[in-house]
Amino acid sequence: MNDIQGKACPVIANHIKIALVGQPNVGKSMLINSVSNAHLHVGNFSGVTVDKTEVLFDYKDYHFTVVDLPGTYAFTDYTIEERVTHDYLCAESYDLIINVVDSTNLEKNLQLTSELMSMNKNMVIALNMSDEAYKEGIEIDAAYMSELLGIPCIKVSAVTKEGIEELLDAVVSVREKEKQESKLIFSEPVEEEIAQIVWYLDKHRYEAKNSYRNIAINLLKNNKQTYAKLHDDPVWTELQPILIEASKHVELHHDSDDIKESFAEEYASFNRGIVAEVLKQEDYKEEKSLTEKIDNVLIHPFLGIPIFLFLMWGLFQLTFEIGSIPMDWIDAFFGWFGDTVGATISNDDVRSLIVDGIIAGVGAVILFVPNIIILFIGIALLESTGYMSRVAFLLDGFFHKFGMHGQSFIPLVTGFGCSIPAYMSARILKNDRDRLLTLFIIGFMSCGARLPVYVLFAGAFFSPEMAGNILFAIYIGGAMIGLVAAKILKLTAFKGADEPFVMEMPKYRLPSAKLIWHTVLTKTMMYLKKAGTFIAAASMLIWFLSNYPHNLMIKEEYATKIEMAVSEEAKNTLANEQAVAHLEQSYLGSIGKFSEPIFAPLGFDWKMSVALQTGLAAKEVVVSTLGVLYALGDDVDEENSSLITAISKNISFASAIAFIVVIMIYLPCLAASIVFTREAGGIKYFFYLFAFTSIVAYSLAFIAYNIALLFT
Amino acid sequence: MKTLKDCNKSCKVKVIKLHAPTDLKQRLISFGIMKEAIIEVLEHAPAKSTIEIKVGKMRIALRAQEAQLIEVEKYE
Repeated sequence: MNDIQGKACPVIANHIKIALVGQPNVGKSMLINSVSNAHLHVGNFSGVTVDKTEVLFDYKDYHFTVVDLPGTYAFTDYTIEERVTHDYLCAESYDLIINVVDSTNLEKNLQLTSELMSMNKNMVIALNMSDEAYKEGIEIDAAYMSELLGIPCIKVSAVTKEGIEELLDAVVSVREKEKQESKLIFSEPVEEEIAQIVWYLDKHRYEAKNSYRNIAINLLKNNKQTYAKLHDDPVWTELQPILIEASKHVELHHDSDDIKESFAEEYASFNRGIVAEVLKQEDYKEEKSLTEKIDNVLIHPFLGIPIFLFLMWGLFQLTFEIGSIPMDWIDAFFGWFGDTVGATISNDDVRSLIVDGIIAGVGAVILFVPNIIILFIGIALLESTGYMSRVAFLLDGFFHKFGMHGQSFIPLVTGFGCSIPAYMSARILKNDRDRLLTLFIIGFMSCGARLPVYVLFAGAFFSPEMAGNILFAIYIGGAMIGLVAAKILKLTAFKGADEPFVMEMPKYRLPSAKLIWHTVLTKTMMYLKKAGTFIAAASMLIWFLSNYPHNLMIKEEYATKIEMAVSEEAKNTLANEQAVAHLEQSYLGSIGKFSEPIFAPLGFDWKMSVALQTGLAAKEVVVSTLGVLYALGDDVDEENSSLITAISKNISFASAIAFIVVIMIYLPCLAASIVFTREAGGIKYFFYLFAFTSIVAYSLAFIAYNIALLFT
Repeated sequence: MKTLKDCNKSCKVKVIKLHAPTDLKQRLISFGIMKEAIIEVLEHAPAKSTIEIKVGKMRIALRAQEAQLIEVEKYE
């Protein structure tokens, strides 16, 4: 009947759901790309915590759904990826597993395969990178391997697209056939114990879906689910002593007190046997591989770090040099767009909300998209070529001294650009505690949006020659405080044994343009969507707070004054004064006045207090708020010399220093805070971050204020 | 007891026993670092804080602290 349903009726056509599993760096994503591209209809859905991609396509009479699970070495549940993959395979429903293995490293890859085999699911093995294996003189007898394992093994290459159709045909035929028992064979002592348990289950005619052999293996492996099932059965009372004996024998045989270790060794020797049977390697002299040659330079004990620093410097130059070109166009576009839209709206309040609130706020976010795209491309390049692991290798020693992990470096450096991608890139840290610690430290790396504030204050209080150095000092100072804070957090909140650093250094690979484009596109869209929606909401809120309540008295008073004014200049001054008077009685003004006493010990007036609070929405807003409050009208930027003059006149040197310190350290902008909360995994972390940054910012600013007072 | 930490660059050793706690042991095993495995030391990071090794065809980086928990003997 399956044959009758054709493509004409896709809705009820046969559906095959496949879980794509493999060790990291075996070219899984590449494979899924070439499979789905050959047959089109790609839909992508990214998961919430760790990306789990789903791809849909049609082949022959079947609808395929392929779930691309994160790469995992084994089912140890050590990293987030391993947990996601393991949970999915155990709990979700799917028709079969495609296990992707790297043909050039068969024995290592079979380690995961043998674990998958003991799960008793339908499976097809894709021997990927067969083209590379061929080049290296490796020949695998796929037919013999299929026979030995009892699982179809298909040679494929994601690069040359060889074997893709065969793979899909194998999937279809496996799905149509009865489930075959896998042919895992263990050492004699283990086989004896398995036979013993099977005999016992058989004697009691224990009813189960899986074969007795499979149950026996899982019992010996301490598989929790199998235990849970048998635990409630009457056979358990007699089975338990047999199991205890059996485990003892197996452990004795392997001279280990760890049953998992014993089984790992069992699998390893089974795999060695398989590889010896099916794999022939031509006698080719193992020359120094390209990877080793590159590594000789890139992780050289003396040259490695300077080369890395140079590459990072290059990336940042690109990010800000090239990124700034389209920024002007985007800025101009939103200016024009605001004016055009504004012209069509007659109601003053609505127009102001749309133009000054939403369009201006969202525009400010989109402004940074070019930088973010370049940064993402750079990071994707570093990641997909395999260089990232080398950086972690080089820097782990230094970072470990501050309680962080070598891989923390990437999110921290990204943090100098923008905290949002930085929080997201912290995902490369496998261990939860390391990741949380890094998330807390990212904010200390001053992001690009804080630059305008620094430029403004450095210009107001230091000579032009000094201003550049001050800027540099602010950035470096922030990073130093961050490292110290990491150490303190590590000794207090994140106390505990050091997480081990064991990491694969993958082969260097030429990155695929398509894959990079895909990653960058997904990440950029995510930035636009998440940050855009929240920024729009925040902009509306700030707009509302600074515009309401309307005070007609002020309006009327100034309206008459402005009418009476003679010169254009006087009119402008009056308009600005009106804006200040209006702001002072607005909700935002009230908040500023209310919070003034809190900030008084740091030497801030109510205007600075308000600027800090609007800065919670976005750091760029600090400058424009100060501009409005110091009565220059809305149109202010950091190069506006009259604002610089106003600030140097109205704010004392000591207060300014304290203000800079607070900007450096306090809570990142709203969009970043939301991403932080999402990445950290709970709202409680947001409150921790808020408390942590506020306390550090306040105390350091207090100290800085008092020291600066001594000098003035 | 000779451990992986004591090995110099480009020396080849065989693993005798893993003295690591359970979690780390699982982690090492999943990377193929287990009894009988042959390991080649490829490179040391500055100050020897981290080492790069080769197990089978896989290159792995680990800290000196972790390397200290892997008992090895010389392999020819």
